[in-house]
Amino acid sequence: MTALTREETEALIQEVLEVYPEKAKKDREKHLAVNDQSIEQSKKCITSNRKSLPGVMTIRGCAYAGSKGVVWGPIKDMIHISHGPVGCGQYSRAGRRNYYVGTTGVNTFGTMNFTSDFQEKDIVFGGDKKLAKLIGEIEQLFPLNKGISVQSECPIGLIGDDIEAVSKKAAKEIDKPVVPVRCEGFRGVSQSLGHHIANDAIRDWVLPRRDGKAFEGTPYDVAVIGDYNIGGDAWSSRILLEEMGLRVVAQWSGDGTIAEMEKTPNVKLNLIHCYRSMNYIARHMEEKYSIPWMEYNFFGPTKVAESLRAIAAKFDDKIKEGAERVIAKYQPLMQAVIDKYKPRLQGKRVMLYVGGLRPRHVIGAYEDLGMEVVGTGYEFGHNDDYDRTIKDMGNATLLYDDVTGFEFEEFVKRVKPDLVGSGIKEKFIFQKMGVPFRQMHSWDYSGPYHGYDGFAIFARDMDMTLNNPCWGKMQAPWLKKDESVVEKAAA
Amino acid sequence: MALRQCAIYGKGGIGKSTTTQNLVAALAESGKKVMIVGCDPKADSTRLILHSKAQNSVMELAAEAGSVEDLELEDVLSVGFGGIKCVESGGPEPGVGCAGRGVITAINFLEEEGAYDEALDFVFYDVLGDVVCGGFAMPIRENKAQEIYIVCSGEMMAMYAANNIAKGIVKYANSGSVRLAGLICNSRNTDREDELIMALAAKLGSQMIHFIPRDNAVQHAEIRRMTVIEYDPTHKQADEYRALAKKIVENKKFVIPTPITMDELEALLMEFGIMEAEDESIIGKKAAELAAA
Repeated sequence: MTALTREETEALIQEVLEVYPEKAKKDREKHLAVNDQSIEQSKKCITSNRKSLPGVMTIRGCAYAGSKGVVWGPIKDMIHISHGPVGCGQYSRAGRRNYYVGTTGVNTFGTMNFTSDFQEKDIVFGGDKKLAKLIGEIEQLFPLNKGISVQSECPIGLIGDDIEAVSKKAAKEIDKPVVPVRCEGFRGVSQSLGHHIANDAIRDWVLPRRDGKAFEGTPYDVAVIGDYNIGGDAWSSRILLEEMGLRVVAQWSGDGTIAEMEKTPNVKLNLIHCYRSMNYIARHMEEKYSIPWMEYNFFGPTKVAESLRAIAAKFDDKIKEGAERVIAKYQPLMQAVIDKYKPRLQGKRVMLYVGGLRPRHVIGAYEDLGMEVVGTGYEFGHNDDYDRTIKDMGNATLLYDDVTGFEFEEFVKRVKPDLVGSGIKEKFIFQKMGVPFRQMHSWDYSGPYHGYDGFAIFARDMDMTLNNPCWGKMQAPWLKKDESVVEKAAA
Repeated sequence: MALRQCAIYGKGGIGKSTTTQNLVAALAESGKKVMIVGCDPKADSTRLILHSKAQNSVMELAAEAGSVEDLELEDVLSVGFGGIKCVESGGPEPGVGCAGRGVITAINFLEEEGAYDEALDFVFYDVLGDVVCGGFAMPIRENKAQEIYIVCSGEMMAMYAANNIAKGIVKYANSGSVRLAGLICNSRNTDREDELIMALAAKLGSQMIHFIPRDNAVQHAEIRRMTVIEYDPTHKQADEYRALAKKIVENKKFVIPTPITMDELEALLMEFGIMEAEDESIIGKKAAELAAA
């Protein structure tokens, strides 16, 4: 099937909207758009970061998910307390594949769940005493922790516990940072506010800790911001930066430590991968410490090379030469990957619906394999995300913000992509519809996908999903038009 | 006789707890089986019946025991004057936690443990001053209290509060069986107080069920942690509470209230000379501007 024209895509949106009640239709209409590369600002064509409609099966998370799950959780040498009833912490435990190096339970704590396990009496009488006790117990049982964060679940905000006072007192007692984070799940419209709240907590409680303290810097110090090391993403990114001569002082926050974060105000340049979840702290460091920041994209060799050159351009010739050397070294390896997989994937069409940076950042990687992204959307993006997306997407492709379960299914039925990339809830729906699917939040338990090493895995994964023989066997044998009978009859 | 569940609401400091306990004492004296459930973290709804400073509350004991499931009914239920059963829901000290949740937990506990046994004639919920959140509306939700009595006086704020409580009742009356059963005027000796409260009650579609005059005997009894009924049963004030008790026993006037607007309430207050008519010309003017004019 050939690509839809602009008129056809517009008609498709109208057709999908048709089933909604008037009010829902009016709301959802603003979140769906046909891409037009000539538009300078996305606000002219799409609305984002608004409250989801009840009943539409949104894919969004909450502020707690944004803070504990995304920003704070991966800081491996801190203990993150899920403060409130047991469920939020336990059912999200180790749900994100933030790889880290360390001995879990001794000096790293990433996959463990620490919770204050609120009971009725804690709600009625307040949980501050329990929190103080919990911090004391953590310190005793896990003395190698380098600090504690208190991730507020909903009830904390409702009953008005003073977690700031408890944290300040406990920090003095254990002589380590104790960071209160007001990321109650009911705040905001999605996990996006949780990212912002988490960034603000880092700004207020972490970054100033080493202000004015000695730091042995080099002119080549950078920090990787907004890489959560899903399946090892940050590692396959970091080696490229180091190979070109830069010194990576900190990883935020995949496989990261609090010491790295505290040292970040000394770097020369902040490199932002996930803009959505960490642009706030980059802007803060620019303002307070005059550290410039830039976005980069490490998906697919074209974007990696572009990014390496753009990063190198901020440094001297030594780094520029380093970037060229790295690009040249990996070029033949990447060519081999492309030679192997492109013929199998050429011309295939992809629809995405994910969060953070991926709705736009992975487009280049697909294009390197000769594939085209024909529809994309953000779970919790803002308009500055869509601003950055318009140019990356082809004309007349679909943009859908906070897409609903119904819309996504209908779009896929009509656009008939060869591959859908989205989350775990969508995975089985589309697979049952016979559409090849990749879970693009956790790389479907694979990865890394960042950097040159990641691209080889990305290409292999897309091929093995798309060209899997199972897709030809979706129909039960007895429902098939029986060719063998025809053959027999002919014989 | 079927169990009647009543809740007493009213502005903070109006005398709800004192009135409730004296009323309940009078009911007990006449042979009724009564239980008081204090729904106020201060836990002072039963002290005059039990002669104690403050009863151990459900939430306090639950916190000690670990959880409310670890408690037995007899741990929280005390029996005082006239066989009156007393329970305090309890809650946190001011400024922490969630007192409303405490009320919900405690009342659920009482129900599950079978505190509302068939031998009882009356349960009275004595609820904290303002219905600040859902927790304090618990006694009028889910078919608990069916009769609401509002304690008020001829003071402006007490009447505002009474009207607001009536609004709360309307909300739950439409979906359940809760009804406004009357206003109890606990006199502050303001002018034409009885007429005023009767007028307010009429506007709310209800009645002033009784006018309790002010009398120091109540305070004398209270210093001794007793009700007037127990301290000085021959005193004329004791008869006032007996009269209130009798009227409540015989009460049949249960209504969905018709709360009035601010303007109507102000008009009523002006009619009785409690509030002066507003002078529109002075609103928003500073002293200097008025002097210049």
